[in-house]
Formats: sequence, C-alpha cells, structure tokens
Amino acid sequence: MTVTARRKPAPPWAALAVVAAALLVLPFAMSEIGTTWVRVTNLALLYVMLALGLNIVVGFAGLLDLGYIAFYAVGAYTYALLASPHFGLHLPFWVILPIGAAIAALFGVLLGAPTLKLRGDYLAIVTLGFGEIIRIFLNNLSRPINITNGPQGVWGIDPFRIDGLNFSVKQTILGLSFSGPIKYYYLLVVFVAAVIALTLRLQNSRIGRAWEAIREDEVAARAMGINTTNLKLLAYAMGATFGGVAGGVFSAIQGFISPESFVLVESIMVVSMVVLGGMGNVWGVVLGAILLSFVPEILRFSVGPMQQSLFGRMLIDPEVIRMLLYGFALVLVMLFRPAGLLPSAVRKRELAERSE
Amino acid sequence: MDIFIQQLINGLTLGAVYAVVALGYTMVYGIIQLINFAHGEVVMIGAMVAFTVINALAPFGLPPLLVVLIGTACAIPVCILVGYTMERLAYRPLRHAPRLAPLITAIGVSIILQHLAMLVWSRNVLAFPQIIDTRLYNIAGATITNVQITIIVTCVAMMAALALLVYRTRLGTAMRATAQNPHVAGLMGIDIDRVIAATFAIGAGLAAVAGVMVGTYYGIAQYTMGSILGLKAFAAAVLGGIGNVPGAMLGGVLMGLVEALGAGYIGTYTDLCKISGISEWLTQRCAADGGHFVLFGSNYQDVFAFVVLILVLVFRPSGILGERVGDRA
Repeated sequence: MTVTARRKPAPPWAALAVVAAALLVLPFAMSEIGTTWVRVTNLALLYVMLALGLNIVVGFAGLLDLGYIAFYAVGAYTYALLASPHFGLHLPFWVILPIGAAIAALFGVLLGAPTLKLRGDYLAIVTLGFGEIIRIFLNNLSRPINITNGPQGVWGIDPFRIDGLNFSVKQTILGLSFSGPIKYYYLLVVFVAAVIALTLRLQNSRIGRAWEAIREDEVAARAMGINTTNLKLLAYAMGATFGGVAGGVFSAIQGFISPESFVLVESIMVVSMVVLGGMGNVWGVVLGAILLSFVPEILRFSVGPMQQSLFGRMLIDPEVIRMLLYGFALVLVMLFRPAGLLPSAVRKRELAERSE
Repeated sequence: MDIFIQQLINGLTLGAVYAVVALGYTMVYGIIQLINFAHGEVVMIGAMVAFTVINALAPFGLPPLLVVLIGTACAIPVCILVGYTMERLAYRPLRHAPRLAPLITAIGVSIILQHLAMLVWSRNVLAFPQIIDTRLYNIAGATITNVQITIIVTCVAMMAALALLVYRTRLGTAMRATAQNPHVAGLMGIDIDRVIAATFAIGAGLAAVAGVMVGTYYGIAQYTMGSILGLKAFAAAVLGGIGNVPGAMLGGVLMGLVEALGAGYIGTYTDLCKISGISEWLTQRCAADGGHFVLFGSNYQDVFAFVVLILVLVFRPSGILGERVGDRA
C-alpha cells in the first residue's frame, strides 16, 4: 500500500457547510408548520443520542443490550431529583449533567461486571432484566423514604438556564424570536454533533479497534493481548454515559418524568433504530433513529385525520402503527438486509460470511 | 392461617404454569439455540382467544368446566398456527445466520404480536366471567381453591404427556436427535424442518393452555400480560438448565416458589423496626408508621425472577440440571 493511498480524504467542507446551514434554519421552518414539529425534532435528536450510545455497546462491541433505557432513566432521574421542588434542590444543569453521566456510567459498570462471561443471547435477556429491575425500583422507591415519588413521577423540573438565557420561555435575541423548543433544538444539535464526533473518533481509535476485535472473536482478541474485561466494561460505561446525558436533557425538556417513560418497549425502540440503520455504522444509526422517530409522527398526523374523515372514527390507533413499524423494522431488516440500511463495512462482511 | 403453607400452595400453582411455559422455551432452545422471545406473546394470545370464547359462551349456562374446555380448545389451534407461522416466516430463513439475528427478529415478532393483539382486543382488560363458584379447602391451616387444584393437576398431566412424547415416541426421538446434532440427524433421514416446526407447534399448544390457566387464576387477561410472564418462564427455564425438559419443569416450580415465598417474606425481613434500637431517628420513624419501616415490600415481587436469572447465569450458567453448553457466541 502506498502512502498516498493511506491518506484520509479531505473532509467535504462544502457539503458540511450546506448541512450546517440547513440545520440552523430547520427549526424556524418547522415552527412555520407547527411548534409540535420542533418538539418532535428535539425528541428525534434525543433518540439519535440514545441510539449512538447504544451503538457503542451493540454495534462496536457486539453486546446486545435490551435494557439500555435504564441508563436514560438514571440520567433523567438524577437531573429531576437535583433540580426540582421534590427535594428542594435547584442545581444548575452543567453541574448535574456530569453527575448524571457519571452515575449512569457507574450503573453501566454495575450491569457489565456480572455479565462479562455471558454469551450474546443470554446477555440480552439479563440486560433486559436489569432494565426492568431499575424500572421496578423507580416505581417503588417512594416508600418508606420518598426518593422517586413512585408512579406519580417528579414534576416541576427546572429547565436549562444560562444566566439570562432561559430555555423554557420565548425570548428575543438579536431581533429573532426564539421559543423554548427552538433553544433546546440548538443545544441538542450541539450535543448530537459532539456525540457523533466522539463516536467517529472512538471507532477508529485503539479502543474502537479492540472492540471490533472482541465482537469478531473474543477468544482471539484476548489471545492478541486485548484486555477484554476492561474494554467490555468501558463499552458499557461509555454507552451508559451517553444515555445518562440524554436522560438529563429529556428531564429538562419535559419538566416531568415518571417510570412510564422508561419501559421495556423504549429499549426495544432504540435497538430497532440501531438495527435498522446498521449496527456499527455511525451515520446509519443516525439515519435509523431519525427515520424511526419521524415516520411514526408523520403517520400519526396523516393516518389519524385520514381515518376520521374516511370512517368517521379512529380504527387503528396511531400508537399501534408506531409499534408495528418498530416490530416490522426489526423483522424485515434482519430477513432482507441484516446489516441495516447503511451497513458498516466490517459488519457487512461479517454477516455475509458467517453463514454456515 | 399459616402464611408459609399458603405461600407454598400459591407458589406451586404459579410454578406449575411457569413450568409449562418454560417447556416451550427450553424445547425450542434445545433444538435450534434460539431464545424464542415471542413465546410469552403466544401465551397471551391463548388467554385472549379463550377469554373471548368463554365470555361469548358464559350467558348460556353451560357447566363452567365445559365452557373453559371449549375456550381452551379454540385457543390451542390458534396458538399452534401463530407458533408455526412465526417459525416459518421469521426464524427459518435465519437458521444459519449469526446468533443475534434470529434473536432480534424474535423481539420484533414479539412487538408485532403484542400490538396486533391490541388491535383485535383493544387496550382494555378482558375479565373472566363469574361462572366458576370457587370452593375453598383447608390444608394444614392454609386454603387451596378448586381452581388451584385444577391448574396443578392439568400442568402435571401435560408435563407427563410431554415427557412421554419426548422420551417414548418417534417424534420425541427425532427431536432429541436434532437437538444433539441437526446435521447428523438429517443424514439419518430425519426431516429437520418438520421436527422444528413440530417443536414450535407443541410449545405453542402448551402456551395456549398455560395462557388459559394464568388468565383464569388471576381473572383477567390483557395484551401486555405475555412479556413479563414469558420472561419469568424463560428465567425458570434457565434456572433448570435451558434445553433440558425435566429442568424446565423443576425450574418452573422453583421459580414459582421463590416468587411466592419471596413476596410473602421480604416485607418481614426488611422491616427495620426489628433493629430500631440502633438509631434514634429510626425509632421515631417506627413509632410514626405504626411499628413498621419496611424497606422492600411485596411490590418488589417481579424483581425476584430477574435476580434469580442473573444469579444463575453468573454462578451456574448451565442451570441445575443442564449440561455444559459450548461457548458458541
């Protein structure tokens, strides 16, 4: 291989500039249609963060985690408890987000440590059980000492505030009117961009290559001198960290959280996004998350009224369509395009060759 | 009333149902090493179909046992059809794919079944009509109902029948041969596809009956009932040793007992008022709460199955009766 062939191609600056400009204008275009769509976009961006976090565990290290939403829950509850009237604490978000991320990472290690030796499919079930355990605890830790306020959840959670900039109200800055969701949108775009940059760098790093080796063949990886224990724990911790940060932002945006938001189905939704997009491919995962966040919402706004006008009542609950979409995404992708919509090169090779 | 004996009876009833569901997981896993994630949903569909039929027949004043039997008889073919269809469409094409692929499909199938059921039966809870007059019998200071006795007897009979099928018939021999080595079994003239389809069908049939029983026991059925029940049964199968038929039965019963006794006693053992002398604050709390400061009450019942699952997988992944399975990842 020649040296020139190894050199990375220069980043396509022009394309990046166009994307950045589009991302800047997007929320204003969206709010022309309705503020709801800005909220939908924000939620989609949160799912992108979650899916990218899960992608580290599932896509990079090859550990199927079906309880990922637990870390989201940990982050969300950390934020909610430290910035709400529930305990009377009102810490600023830049203090809480790192705490939430750290606690989530700790939970990641807690989950990872006992499950290190497990095979793929067993691991999936144990992680699922872990997710359920967290949810059951959130539901019940209102007695004897009220920590989580049980099924009623925590409300009155503080929005993000930076000096005079309050993310919950409409403010005019430089002659432009920024509504709350639009401000969160920009914040989320920055977060997502940071997460994308981080995961891309991770993938090509020493750690990323080690994860890939573990995914391909753990025994061989260990034989090559990779510390599989630490690296698997690191994958859990990293994935959990992203989940924790996303959870904190979710808490602040919603202003109210309850255990209802962190059920098993949510974990499976995030898994569907990763699988649909292409496990291990960062851009694929972003695409998967965006598709599976927006398509159900578009359906909700089109199919619902359409049924009303055609039949005079709702025949099919949009929520059902949403879930069926996730289910079929999982089944059909696995049957017909197992490496996802945008397959990662390695994964594609692996899924094609491993058939007996 | 003796709480220990009472929880033992409740645990046995629940455990018998878990065992029947666990058999479905373990047979499929034994043969194609797939965690059939959607098995719990088959149980749910069995319960929903049976409840629909039972509710339709309830006003006619037929004997309750006959009504339930007709309901079950309708549920079994539906479940077998569902089980066969999902094997044919979702799992068979992926039989030689890497292991996580069919597991992911199975999760998808589970979501699809659950929400199709929601389309058919809506979100509402189906209630079991008041047709059975529950009779109570006293055993050693505890009570057992005629429903519980029926459930336990039916489960034992089904498990015996299954054991006969697996160990005494040609189909059973073919199933065990396929489980040992599908390639060689194929060379010996066994139609592997048929054996696998039959395994799914049998498991689904058992699931249908289990669905009816669990629905009758609790008196309600809903489209969400399958997932948690399925997980507990899966945990039971792992506890007994996955892939092992007697193991699933043992695991199921043990899981039921752990859950019932756990839920019965956890409150008593985590009541900090027994040691309230150690701190002034605790003494005050106890006095204010009527002498109780329970850390974990019976509302943590659902946690036990998962804790057992994690403990088994960490300390004895092959389960109680299971043989060591290879580390094929």
